[in-house]
Amino acid sequence: MAGPMKMRATLGSGYTDVRVLMTHPMTTAQSNQPLHFIQNITVKQNGKAVVEAQISQAISRNPVFTFRIKGGAKGDKIEVSWLDNKGETSSIEAAVA
Amino acid sequence: MNNLRRTLIGAATLLLLRPFAALAATWNKDAFGAKTPQDALKGVGAGNAASSKDLVIEAPQIAENGAVVPIEISSAVPGTTAIAVIIEKNPFPLAAQFDFQNGALPYVKLNVKMNETSDVRAVAIAAGRQYTATKEIKVTIGGCGG
Repeated sequence: MAGPMKMRATLGSGYTDVRVLMTHPMTTAQSNQPLHFIQNITVKQNGKAVVEAQISQAISRNPVFTFRIKGGAKGDKIEVSWLDNKGETSSIEAAVA
Repeated sequence: MNNLRRTLIGAATLLLLRPFAALAATWNKDAFGAKTPQDALKGVGAGNAASSKDLVIEAPQIAENGAVVPIEISSAVPGTTAIAVIIEKNPFPLAAQFDFQNGALPYVKLNVKMNETSDVRAVAIAAGRQYTATKEIKVTIGGCGG
């Protein structure tokens, strides 16, 4: 089952650092469980898509990603959403601290 | 007359299809289904990638647990718009593909599963040109059964 997400968005030197954790089994074709993995991830900054990722079953269980966006300011709205191969989806939103 | 009609129908179809294409997330099925690193490279449009020192892979030399191998990739190639990660000896080598736009830096840190010791290949696409770099990661216990 897909569970909650966690995200931390902070200002680095000249960029915004976005660290996001997704709760997901990410099972492979090699395991004895049904193939179940996230396929698409979208990162948005103030409503505008900045990173569009396509991923495979080779991403570890409970995926953690770090992305960087040039510049940015405290209070910017960061949103991350995912979609898996079964059509399940989840998203999280946070302001840059 | 017929030609004009066809063109108009074609244009109308494009207009109709476009909003749906924008809504549906795309997943590069052919590239992710590739079973060799060469096919995966071709699948992400990087069949002719040139080696580049501006593409940096930070990862442990030895990963004790193949189920969680941390990899950090950054591209200093100006105008990089995409980065792909290919684990050459995995059953399906292509692990991820990232498209950067609207100010996103060509940087990503991720955790991947590795079946066995393998070269990990990063690919960057900048202004239609393709760049690549590799780093070998030794794996003690394979991690694809998870």
